[in-house]
Amino acid sequence: MLLIHQMLTNFFYHLRENNLKVNLREHLTLLEALNKEVVVYNTEDFYFLSRAIYVKHEQNLDLFDRLFSQFFDGVEEVRVEDFLKIDDSWLIKKFLSELSEEEKEAIKAAGGLDELLERLRKTIEEQKERHEGGTKWVGTGGTSPFGNGGYNPAGIRIGGKGGGKNAAKIWDKREFKNYDDNLELNTRNTQMALRLLRILTREGVEDELNLEETIDRTCNNAGFLDIKMQASKQNRVKILLLLDVGGSMDDFVEECSMLFSSAKHQFKNLEFYYFHNCVYENMWKDNNRRYEDKISTWDVLNKYNKDYKVIFVGDASMSPWELSEPRGSVEHFNAEAGTVWLERFRDKFPNLIWLNPINDGYWQYTHTIQEIRKWSDNRMFPLTISGLEKAMKCLKNSKLKFNS
Amino acid sequence: MENKQNASFQGTSNYVATRELQTAVNAAVALQRPLLIKGEPGTGKTLLAFEVAKALNKQLFTWHVKSTTTAQQGLYEYDAVSRLRDSQLGDDRVHHVENYIKKGKIWEAFETDEQSVLLIDEIDKADIEFPNDLLQELDRMEFYCYELKRTIKAKHRPIIIITSNNEKELPDAFLRRCFFHFIRFPDKETMQQIVDVHYPKLEETLLTNALKTFFGIREVKNIKKKPSTSELIDWLRLLLVGKVSAEDLEDLNKMNEIPPYLGALLKNESDYDLFKALREKGVK
Repeated sequence: MLLIHQMLTNFFYHLRENNLKVNLREHLTLLEALNKEVVVYNTEDFYFLSRAIYVKHEQNLDLFDRLFSQFFDGVEEVRVEDFLKIDDSWLIKKFLSELSEEEKEAIKAAGGLDELLERLRKTIEEQKERHEGGTKWVGTGGTSPFGNGGYNPAGIRIGGKGGGKNAAKIWDKREFKNYDDNLELNTRNTQMALRLLRILTREGVEDELNLEETIDRTCNNAGFLDIKMQASKQNRVKILLLLDVGGSMDDFVEECSMLFSSAKHQFKNLEFYYFHNCVYENMWKDNNRRYEDKISTWDVLNKYNKDYKVIFVGDASMSPWELSEPRGSVEHFNAEAGTVWLERFRDKFPNLIWLNPINDGYWQYTHTIQEIRKWSDNRMFPLTISGLEKAMKCLKNSKLKFNS
Repeated sequence: MENKQNASFQGTSNYVATRELQTAVNAAVALQRPLLIKGEPGTGKTLLAFEVAKALNKQLFTWHVKSTTTAQQGLYEYDAVSRLRDSQLGDDRVHHVENYIKKGKIWEAFETDEQSVLLIDEIDKADIEFPNDLLQELDRMEFYCYELKRTIKAKHRPIIIITSNNEKELPDAFLRRCFFHFIRFPDKETMQQIVDVHYPKLEETLLTNALKTFFGIREVKNIKKKPSTSELIDWLRLLLVGKVSAEDLEDLNKMNEIPPYLGALLKNESDYDLFKALREKGVK
């Protein structure tokens, strides 16, 4: 058993070293399962079992298949020296369970398993170099009982893939390839950060007991119960999300889509629009149709009242005149400068912040980032978890600033 | 653990379980850990709990989670308002707090004299903190009832099956306590078995043609909602009721017509139109 434990420990570290985050608890569960003989001497079942324990997300299934194959293909190549040290009883149990009846007969004919193992040991000692083919020595091919890919039914496989047995390995099929999109989809902690922005209000169905009011009314009612219900508190914060797309923002697509999908789940009243580099007279809702379905920025400014919290997402990196000059935009003729439009947003919405995916350490080197930071009154936050947390607090209390 | 042979799950006469699913279920049962099931909609996630209960001959408790469900509701609810009202009316029940405690599904499952099966269906529908609130209850299989001032402990640890549709990410601490299995969409052989289980007398050529059409639809790119097992089963029922023969299907296919009762397979209008357009153009 010791050897199996060692092997499993190595497997455990193999998974960890290759970015599959398994932990001790899961490993102990696997050992417990093996102890209780949930699966018995069947590699395929072992694969199913370890997968059920170690893998917790379908995105990791393919990674697990690859690592399993890597590790256990490696394990099968037991080096000859190691082989000699293996405990006989373990071997016998293991091999007998893998053999068919005919094979067992053949072993008997060859003088029993003990005899066979003894011969193997002697042969290995006699053998001085790597060997292929032939009828006696340990190596690959050939008809000697020892080695790999041979024809002797009493053979013991040493190294490499077996000739016939275990041929169709499920994990080598990698059926879960599609689910592994190599994307660190950790929307959970983003959602947790967004939760900080909660403004609870009472609206809708009255489904909660209003204790104080009930006591008051009961007292007025000469001690007879008069129940007062109220609507439960719910998060009804209103968000206007404005996202910069294209150009230099392409590097941050992953972060932005993560933020966007989390926000969509978190906030019931979420409105979003796209812009490029800086807000001008038009915005759009569908990037594929940005030139056809334009929405006037004036409409956006007028449609939403000042209860809306505005979140700009962008790297704020552009050429200075895109911000400061009329006709400064790189793509179109803008009658008014970017700053004019930004000012309008600031005047309309008291609660606004700017999220910047660029590391805050680099902000000082870009002129327009500094300009926009100044415009936002130091309410520009880096798009990290801690930055997001601070940003959400700032939306509730606009006195909070970010000083990098 | 009682007799191992009795406690092992191998699918039932109505439910085809693959070897990997069997292993996962049996491991979860043997180690008394919750089993988390994910997979495409319509691959039989919820059904699994019903079939496990049937196969192992155990009582089943189902707890369907909604967006407003809290963890506490699974344990118990204390109806303070009706107790207050009873006290005013001088009802005798009022002296015993137990009368006002409404047991939740978890409590019920803990209380049975034999081991039971507990299904927590669509756990991802609830609030993002919901799974965290159940950690202790699922791990130690006990919880504290404040009103009664005692700990409720499971007499027999129930077999817990949890399903998720991936609408929200589940917390790591929760996942670590579970076994996980992803029900893959069945391959053609397994699908044949599943259909055999549901319609044992189905004509073989009809089945082959129907499966061909079904997998053909699944292979069409850009379809938003691919039909799954449960839709296939429904569609086959319609074919049987409508007395559509294998030849009819074959002919329609050759003539690039859309198959009958297509609405049972494609439930999205745009998918339906897309498929129809493809057929009219003669693309298969």
